[in-house]
Amino acid sequence: MKGFILSFRSEFYKTRKTMGFWSSILLPLLICLLLFIGFFNHSDKLAHTPALMLWIEFSGLILAIMGSFILPMLIIFIAYSVNNIEHKADTWKSLFSLPISKFSVYSAKYLYAVFLTFLCLMLFALFTIGFGNLLSIIKPSLRFNEYRIEGLLAQVYLKLFLCSLGVLSIQFLLSLLFRDFLKPMGIGFVCAITGDILSGNWKYSYFFPYSHPMLAISTIENGVKNSHGKGPMPQITVDIFTREIFVSLAVALVIFVGGYFIVLKKSVK
Amino acid sequence: MVIDTEGLSFNFGKQAVVKSLSLKVPEGSIYGFLGPNGAGKTTTIKLLMNLLKTDEGNIHIFGQGLKSNRVKILSQIGSLIEQPAIYLHLSGKENLLNRALLLEIPAKRVDEMLDLVHLTGAANKKAGQYSLGMKQRLGIALALLPDPKLLILDEPTNGLDPNGIIEVRELLLRLVKQQQKTVFISSHLLAEVERMASHVGIINNGELLFQGSINELQALNQPQVQIEAENTVDAANLLKRNDFTVTEVDDDHIFVPFTSKQKMGEINSLLNKNGYTVYSINKQQKDLEKLFLAITQSA
Repeated sequence: MKGFILSFRSEFYKTRKTMGFWSSILLPLLICLLLFIGFFNHSDKLAHTPALMLWIEFSGLILAIMGSFILPMLIIFIAYSVNNIEHKADTWKSLFSLPISKFSVYSAKYLYAVFLTFLCLMLFALFTIGFGNLLSIIKPSLRFNEYRIEGLLAQVYLKLFLCSLGVLSIQFLLSLLFRDFLKPMGIGFVCAITGDILSGNWKYSYFFPYSHPMLAISTIENGVKNSHGKGPMPQITVDIFTREIFVSLAVALVIFVGGYFIVLKKSVK
Repeated sequence: MVIDTEGLSFNFGKQAVVKSLSLKVPEGSIYGFLGPNGAGKTTTIKLLMNLLKTDEGNIHIFGQGLKSNRVKILSQIGSLIEQPAIYLHLSGKENLLNRALLLEIPAKRVDEMLDLVHLTGAANKKAGQYSLGMKQRLGIALALLPDPKLLILDEPTNGLDPNGIIEVRELLLRLVKQQQKTVFISSHLLAEVERMASHVGIINNGELLFQGSINELQALNQPQVQIEAENTVDAANLLKRNDFTVTEVDDDHIFVPFTSKQKMGEINSLLNKNGYTVYSINKQQKDLEKLFLAITQSA
């Protein structure tokens, strides 16, 4: 356990000045900031919109961009960047010759990629809430403050996080095995597009991890539609544990364990 | 023995890279592991560090099996394998601090290491801006950071200037003398190793061709007589007709194996009597570099 904690801390120390780490912070900040500016500039048109609708429009725009493309690409990039730091510096050999078990080194790196994904999604939720409330302070005509969206957003982003784990595991393993940029990025890119297309057109698309972000977004959309118009404070529930989440978790677990055995057998170049 | 391998073999696909290697590295020695490029040195080192899975044979380090005591053994080894593994976006000091974090070493030791390898002035500069020699020195500092009992260094003087090479040599000699450490150092240059090594292993095409102390290696090295004379080819033929063995002839010199002082005198007078002026004649030890080449090329 100590080896794992030391390795995890080292992952943070190494990446704290890299794009991989900062993209997890800057991407949610930038997207939420752009929408904040957009809503601020169009506050007159949105002045009489009910609070819930405002939130749905504000967070829905972010989620639509995220689910369709940005989330899978971000996961691909995070998985790539945590492994590429070792490929680039030729440090796999020194990592695996540390007096720390190989499992600790491997799992710390994997969980660090999971942590970055979690951090990014958590920041999306926090910035959405923060910028929404900031809008209602600066422009009181935008009545974001009349609806408490925190619980719902937490559930939405938790679902998105869980459905990312399958893709993250696959991309993590690809990036660990392939030194060059093009293979994991290329495979990930093609699969993300395929996943997008399949998610609306194939009933078994929940078996394909790259479709999961899109599927998760559509189940959230359905939840919102079903609860629409029930009084001033309608309760929207998100069904977190749908079948694609179970598939995502199962894929993550299998690839994580399988990846470890590949690492054990693999020669360190 | 600090390192003791038996029948160590490794294949890359069908190609045998290391063949039944039995290394014996005594405690407190500087063991020069020599061989031309591509002889299997780095592969052997990676096997010793458990970075490659051994196909056949056993590795014992500090008397313990590597497979079952990996973490314990690695905690006493400092290593530098091929080019130094350095995060180029971090400064030299941050590279050391990161390793110190992983090995739970106090940050104070980082400054000591920087001082030891003369990088204190460049400590906060990004390692990406370091010269090859500076990177190599940082690699050595990373290997020395945990104060290991055994240092495994793969061509550590690559990219260093003559001054740097001397510094590394003196540092290693000091570590062995004052702190009783054991150093396993690979190189393709015998000249670099012969001034500090107490023991030598010579490998070529994955096979160990020689292993022993540097004195044993030198014992293999027969002295010879170097004769500087005019018309060397004819003079060499004259010596051959008089039952002398001539090993080498060039435009200025003839080489004959040394047997005794008397024989040297005989050669001199024989040549002079027959009208070949001898400009100089002396007993010479073949340099180890030539011996090394002879060993690796005859295999």
